[in-house]
Amino acid sequence: MSKNNDQPGKVSRRGFLKALGTGGVGLLTPSGAVAAGKGRVPQPSDNELATLLDLSRCIGCGECVSACRESNAHKFPEPVKSFPAMSPSKRAKPEDWSDKRDVEDRLTPYNWLFLQNAEVEYQGEVYDINIPRRCMHCQNPPCANMCPFGAANKQVNGLTRISDSLCMGGAKCRTVCPWSVPQRQSGVGLYLNIMPRFAGNGVMFKCDRCYRLLEKGELPACIAACPEDVQTIGPRGEIVARARELAAGMDGFIYGLEENGGTNTVYVSPVPFDLIDKAIDKDGPRGGRGKVAGGKAKGLGPGKPHMGPVKDVMADETNLATATLLAPVAGVVAGVLGLGAKLLKNGEEGSHES
Amino acid sequence: MRARPYPAWISRLFIFSVAALAFTGFMQMPLAKRYYLTEVPGMAWTGDFYMVHKIHYLLAALLLFVVGLTVVNWLRAWKDTLVLTRLGALRVAVVGGLVISGGLRVYRNLPDVTLDPAVIVTIEWVHLGLVMVLGAVALIALVRKSSAYAVRK
Ligand code: SF4
Ligand code: SF4
Ligand code: SF4
Repeated sequence: MSKNNDQPGKVSRRGFLKALGTGGVGLLTPSGAVAAGKGRVPQPSDNELATLLDLSRCIGCGECVSACRESNAHKFPEPVKSFPAMSPSKRAKPEDWSDKRDVEDRLTPYNWLFLQNAEVEYQGEVYDINIPRRCMHCQNPPCANMCPFGAANKQVNGLTRISDSLCMGGAKCRTVCPWSVPQRQSGVGLYLNIMPRFAGNGVMFKCDRCYRLLEKGELPACIAACPEDVQTIGPRGEIVARARELAAGMDGFIYGLEENGGTNTVYVSPVPFDLIDKAIDKDGPRGGRGKVAGGKAKGLGPGKPHMGPVKDVMADETNLATATLLAPVAGVVAGVLGLGAKLLKNGEEGSHES
Repeated sequence: MRARPYPAWISRLFIFSVAALAFTGFMQMPLAKRYYLTEVPGMAWTGDFYMVHKIHYLLAALLLFVVGLTVVNWLRAWKDTLVLTRLGALRVAVVGGLVISGGLRVYRNLPDVTLDPAVIVTIEWVHLGLVMVLGAVALIALVRKSSAYAVRK
């Protein structure tokens, strides 16, 4: 798509998504049986939508952060207080951001995008890197795969979304997310109608890739608002190729191709990401400082993702899937090989147990 | 209780895998930490979602092995001498549903598979709902002292 785009380093602006809807991806969002029937994405890495963030361009103006907040304000939780008491009260503590809606220096249920800053010295030069952070939209997202209620899901167009009407707020997605992205707001959601005291604790919130805008063929708010055209969105195959080109051009580095087996958010930076990871303010459980710095916002969970290496966290499960496939076959083979006759004999000899 | 006319160890294997699957299944919900289960000696693993998930997969493999073995034996020989009890037939149907919905769950988690969100919610709740049904039916069977799945014709 957009081969005639005359802006280098950019897939295209508004309108290209429309073209995408009729061409390449075909389905921007799965709708009903059509997508269900399609089910399988044969080449997820090439057809899913991915974003590319050129960190050499970001000036840290914060336009994207404001645009995200404005554009998504209608999705933000409106809890009614006071919250129902929870048991056991020592372990199940409410997380309330509703009075801290202005917090902009981390991810919260009211702030799905924030800017990290890293001053990095590399090859004798000092770089001031600004990094817009939000959900990475993993290709095989543990937040979605591990959600016991099906509330978090990956869509065919490559984005991960948490349904606010199904989420129980157990925060498992945050625990299993390598970057601890989703953030909890208590006092809203399904749990209030079920067993507010004993199960659930609110709803988890995070970047949903502005799925409504995508459905209309428009760009996500943060992308549209950026004066520096830091972000590009397109089919992952093209985005990856572009990221490689860009990185080669600046002798730079890429984050998002290998991390957690591949994400649909690809960062390109002129400095290595391990240096960035050391310099940024982070409090994620993996590679972070553990607790929130300075003791503020204690108990409200980590909201500053790291930029360290992440192994493919679902890889073991993928391997075990083969075992579950082979197990019944093994059982059948064992049966056919005569274990059946033996079993019946043993059975006749009496298994008088209750 | 009536003696089962089929081997005891196959029953034991089935009961063990189903019970352990039910437990690790419920532990997919974030309950272990909240309810101090992780603090019971030897149970710390229940707070590790990835560990619990992998064990659930392994147990599923064990159950599927037992199911495969039983189905073949049933078709080859047992069906001539054994007959399913009514509660047995009901539980076979429920276990069948659990196996299918669980299989879809495993399929869904493969890296190159993306299913429609509505389908996933359905799979999820069918799986969870059937566990509850199986628990209820098993309890009824136990109370009625008819926990054998099959009896001699
Ligand atoms: S970054 Fe975290 S929340 Fe986002 S898709 Fe990946 S696992 Fe889910
Ligand atoms: S894609 Fe939308 S929801 Fe996500 S960070 Fe950008 S503006 Fe916010
Ligand atoms: S709007 Fe663009 S330049 Fe400004 S902070 Fe966001 S990504 Fe950086």
